[in-house]
Amino acid sequence: MVGYGPAAHRLVESLRDKGFGGRVTVIGEEPRPAYDRVRLTSYLSGTSAEDLAYDVPEGTLTRLGTRVTGIDRQARQVFTADGGALPYDVLVLATGSAPFVPPVPGAEHAHVYRTIEDLDAIRTAAKDAAEGVVVGGGLLGLEAADALRALGLKTHIVEMSPWLMPRQVDEGGGAVLRRHIEGLGLGVHAGSGVREVVVDGAGRVAGLRTPDGRLLEAQVVVFSAGIRPRDELARAAGLEVGERGGVVVDPGMRTSDPSIYAIGECALAGGMIYGLAGPCNTMAEVAADRITGGSATFTGADLSTRLKLLGVEVAQFGAMTGALDVTYMDPVAGVYKKLFVSDDARTLLGGICVGDASPYASLRPFVGKELPAPPSDLLFSGAGASLDLPGDALVCSCNNVCADDIRAAVADQGVTDVAGLKACTRAGTTCGSCVPMLKRLLERSGVEVGKALCEHFGHSRAELFDIVRVRGITTFSQLIAEHGQGRGCDVCKPAVASILASLHNGHVLEGERAALQDTNDAFLANIQKNGTYSVVPRIPGGEITPEKLIVIGEVARDFGLYTKITGGQRIDLFGARVEQLPLIWRRLVDAGFESGHAYGKALRTVKSCVGSTWCRYGVQDSVGLAIELELRYRGLRSPHKLKSAVSGCARECAEARSKDFGVIATEKGWNLYVAGNGGFQPRHADLLASDLSTEELVRTIDRFLMYYVRTADRLQRTAAWLESLEGGLDHLREVIMEDSLGICADLDAQMAHHVATYADEWSATLDDPDKLRRFVSFVNAPGVPDPSIVFERERGQIKPVMAR
Amino acid sequence: MSAAWMPVCGYDDLLPERGVCVLVAGRQVALFRTWDGGLHALDNLDPFSGAYVLSRGIVGTRKGEPTVASPLHKQVFSLATGRCLDERGVRVPVHGVRLAGAAVEVEVRT
Repeated sequence: MVGYGPAAHRLVESLRDKGFGGRVTVIGEEPRPAYDRVRLTSYLSGTSAEDLAYDVPEGTLTRLGTRVTGIDRQARQVFTADGGALPYDVLVLATGSAPFVPPVPGAEHAHVYRTIEDLDAIRTAAKDAAEGVVVGGGLLGLEAADALRALGLKTHIVEMSPWLMPRQVDEGGGAVLRRHIEGLGLGVHAGSGVREVVVDGAGRVAGLRTPDGRLLEAQVVVFSAGIRPRDELARAAGLEVGERGGVVVDPGMRTSDPSIYAIGECALAGGMIYGLAGPCNTMAEVAADRITGGSATFTGADLSTRLKLLGVEVAQFGAMTGALDVTYMDPVAGVYKKLFVSDDARTLLGGICVGDASPYASLRPFVGKELPAPPSDLLFSGAGASLDLPGDALVCSCNNVCADDIRAAVADQGVTDVAGLKACTRAGTTCGSCVPMLKRLLERSGVEVGKALCEHFGHSRAELFDIVRVRGITTFSQLIAEHGQGRGCDVCKPAVASILASLHNGHVLEGERAALQDTNDAFLANIQKNGTYSVVPRIPGGEITPEKLIVIGEVARDFGLYTKITGGQRIDLFGARVEQLPLIWRRLVDAGFESGHAYGKALRTVKSCVGSTWCRYGVQDSVGLAIELELRYRGLRSPHKLKSAVSGCARECAEARSKDFGVIATEKGWNLYVAGNGGFQPRHADLLASDLSTEELVRTIDRFLMYYVRTADRLQRTAAWLESLEGGLDHLREVIMEDSLGICADLDAQMAHHVATYADEWSATLDDPDKLRRFVSFVNAPGVPDPSIVFERERGQIKPVMAR
Repeated sequence: MSAAWMPVCGYDDLLPERGVCVLVAGRQVALFRTWDGGLHALDNLDPFSGAYVLSRGIVGTRKGEPTVASPLHKQVFSLATGRCLDERGVRVPVHGVRLAGAAVEVEVRT
């Protein structure tokens, strides 16, 4: 194999996977084996070359830092620059491409952006520079511009087309993209070009002159304006090459010499040069298949792209023109979405997205197919999330996997998770943009999901619950030693932690249990996208005194937190660093607040309307009952979060029927509804019992919750649990109201134990120096705040800024 | 690359199967103590979310290999190689770590 880039690597891997028995030698010009060029830019932010490197598959011979200078097709051997010759039976050219450098004066002083060595040179040059120019406003150009910006240079982008990323977006999208990028402080010069790279008397780069004579001052100039296939070896060997370059190959990736293949960016397949990782990988797979006797073909590739550059999402799929188009544009938010459809507006042809790429995942599979809804409906955010895909809809274009392949993997091979789908179909293994779609297909597959919790336990959560309860197990170590294998994972550990908490109560951070918790439970707060946490004090029933409200305001102000009223009638304080959490909670606990368990799979809130105390329609004291229920069930750990509400009359202002357990007042007492939820799949709660006294109501809820805690699967809300219960609502009524299983006394005792042993987690944590020690950003620098956490301001409050 | 070692914390500062973060020459390094007492160090930066959070993930095993799961979106990384076991081609840098008496030392990259 000549050339050792990602396509060559994929070919070697694929040969190995196919059991190829021959000897493989890879000759690479670069001093290192193949590495991930998609993530090349991360090299400048600290990812090392060895981190980017792909492992050399075992048994592969490599000749690194070696140039191939010629091919003797007659004798079937290649010559190397060091004077050697190597024989071959099959030769694969994977020589890649070279960046296109326009022949302008001074071009030899400019940089290109392709290899680790290129980046080293750019980094060195940037040390003494203040400004940089990137020539090329396409995908790679913007990537290079992002890199220069990260190196601290004031950066300009020069693009010949009238707008940026002309291959991915149209003029309207280009305008939105430009505003995003200019907003970051970069200069955008579209519809321009390069006349010369200006060099000063000392031979240093001083700037770039555009065709209209303007000088953009810059000490670093990077050309990233397209690629040219490296076909010189093939050309010299007399292989057929394209008019504008590229080694001509047939659909089996064979060149005009049947024992020589060409793959990747050097290959001209169907008259096209492909520069994206997906098609190049497919070419490698096809060549590997052919070399091992198969008959795979490469017949072109979906060039859809989805990426995030300079913090902006850009996506393009299918065609970029159509008889009709529908555009959604929000100039304030910087969002532009356009769909192209056939002249009868029924068939989707393609789409362009800037600022919000969500249609890419939901709609790309519908390209060439009938639209599932009117195009205008599909462009609003969140639309398309619940669409059912047609069987032949392409889900993963990198690996050519359609919806029915996924469904078959689930139905025939018993795959139950994304990792399994990846292993089984290769979907999602290349660019990963279809992983959300894979998850959705799994969720919607409707087949029996294997009961095993994970690779460490062959049991379901309900079975583990019984094992722990019956055998009196109190630690994860004991459970996994006696009933599992390995050392657990992010699936079974929190599930077992929840079981132990449901059964024994006690502090979730006590002893070994600390190591079982998700980060939210570990820090008793909710992690947010930038690694900070949010804090939610409990406000039972949504009732709060002015004094307590003031304390929340003061705490938020003093710690600079973002505040927002939640849907559960409480207040969420965002942006706290781990070391601030105990200080914040000291103030809150002193003012009489307790943990709101917003971070836990536990009871969240019991919402209420104002009820008969104030409301002229109210028939019962809904606030009083909500507070009683919230205080009774606070801290109860469960398979998933639990939400509740109490309405004081049939007008139902508290929205109780959208809750796991909801109570609505009647003239005679209370109606109890169970197993409702909002969320992904909204479900109205079912009426379990009517006109209950408060005592009957509480007893019924006690049993309902404990039966759920005992028998539900991990992360199964009450709605899904009830639907999975054999016998459904009638069965539930028999068990908890007629005691058909004879377990009610047990359930009652279990809840009584919970209520009696509840203690506020935060106040217990503040009293324990051992637990408090963990609340630091850096153990070797306890006073130092995490410097990666940065905020800007929006509407008078903080908002996180992500480094990328 | 010359090897220099920096003491960052006591061995007892590490809870079994839980991580901490340390600053090593300005770089955030996530440090883990596994069940068997082994020490591992990865970059704290989660490559998927861009947040510095890997030290706060759940430590476990996958097919016997020690792992940590990102606390944000649960991608699992090998503690031994830094490789992401859920997404091909993604890897976080691994740092040298050793026990010197009761102190834990991390290799400083220069």
